[in-house]
Amino acid sequence: MGLRSDSRRYGWVAIALHWAMAAAIVGLFGLGLWMTGLDYYSPWYQKAPWLHKSVGILVLLVLLLRVLWRVLDRPPAPLGEPGSGMVYAARLAHASLYLLILAVAISGYLISTADGRAIEVFTWFDVPATLHGYANQEDLAGELHEWLAWGLIALSVLHALAALKHHFIDRDRTLIRMFGR
Amino acid sequence: MKRLLAATLLSLAAALPAQAAEYLIDTDHAHAFIQFRIKHLGYSWLYGRFNRFEGEFSYSESDPAKSKVTVRIDPASVDSNHAERDKHLRSKDFLDVEHYPEAVFQSTSFEQNADGGALLKGELTLHGVTRPIEIEVQQIGHGPDPWGGERRGFHGTTVLTLTDYGITKNLGPASAQVELELSVEGIKK
Repeated sequence: MGLRSDSRRYGWVAIALHWAMAAAIVGLFGLGLWMTGLDYYSPWYQKAPWLHKSVGILVLLVLLLRVLWRVLDRPPAPLGEPGSGMVYAARLAHASLYLLILAVAISGYLISTADGRAIEVFTWFDVPATLHGYANQEDLAGELHEWLAWGLIALSVLHALAALKHHFIDRDRTLIRMFGR
Repeated sequence: MKRLLAATLLSLAAALPAQAAEYLIDTDHAHAFIQFRIKHLGYSWLYGRFNRFEGEFSYSESDPAKSKVTVRIDPASVDSNHAERDKHLRSKDFLDVEHYPEAVFQSTSFEQNADGGALLKGELTLHGVTRPIEIEVQQIGHGPDPWGGERRGFHGTTVLTLTDYGITKNLGPASAQVELELSVEGIKK
């Protein structure tokens, strides 16, 4: 497996970006659900949102890197019948996943920066507020963040089911390609 | 004769029902504040305020007991200088502004004390619960303003117990009560 993808295989950069983001997004979703129910006196009350925001910003940065890499490093052709409806559906789903990740990240950023405060990413750097001070920005952004996150997870489940369908029903290499085969 | 006339007029004036002047609380130009403070963990005071409210009062110098005040507050305008905390304060855990979009104070009596202060009693509806409260009031000043109007201002303080108003989220033993500080300036209608 090379650094770059070729016509049959994904390169390890694309594979690493895929799985790192998958793990981070599932983790962020679980963390987000859990931390919003924490009691004020929980030792995690401050730490969990800090972790969530830090990892969330990193996911956004990695997403930009990934899209850039995708432009430079074209993925192998899909294994479905060329020009079929399923191939288009898969393209649409992949594009929607990217857009949803972007939207979830931006809506989350708009909650925490609604009063003009920066977001601290671990102790490494701060991301300053840009759009802030709109009426009830944190409430609107919060609603959006939650709904978009559920949408992202729902589409990710569909994405995983589709991969399993390729593996077990179509019996093609779509799924194992994402493991470098 | 002049003196008699003056005395008659004076007693007539006294016999007439005292005319209370009506004032609109100057929220347009923000000469009124609804501030609160609550202890954080028992270690410090956390300050916040409500940015949107409106109200009016009437005040009679000759018969202060006739004074009345009504204030309507938009609890969604809570502002503690931290967006995430404000979002939490608006949620079901605290003010639940979706279900209770208005808080109202309506006075029931006003007792002028000898020391110049006063006790304002009334009913506060907050988080859907209406309870009697007492507010210690000081009149700060009154008179003409430089723009052709007449103004009168008061300062009031009171203390609320959160659970009395059905706000049961436990913030710890030091944070069961909230102090309210009310500063209002009215413009004579």
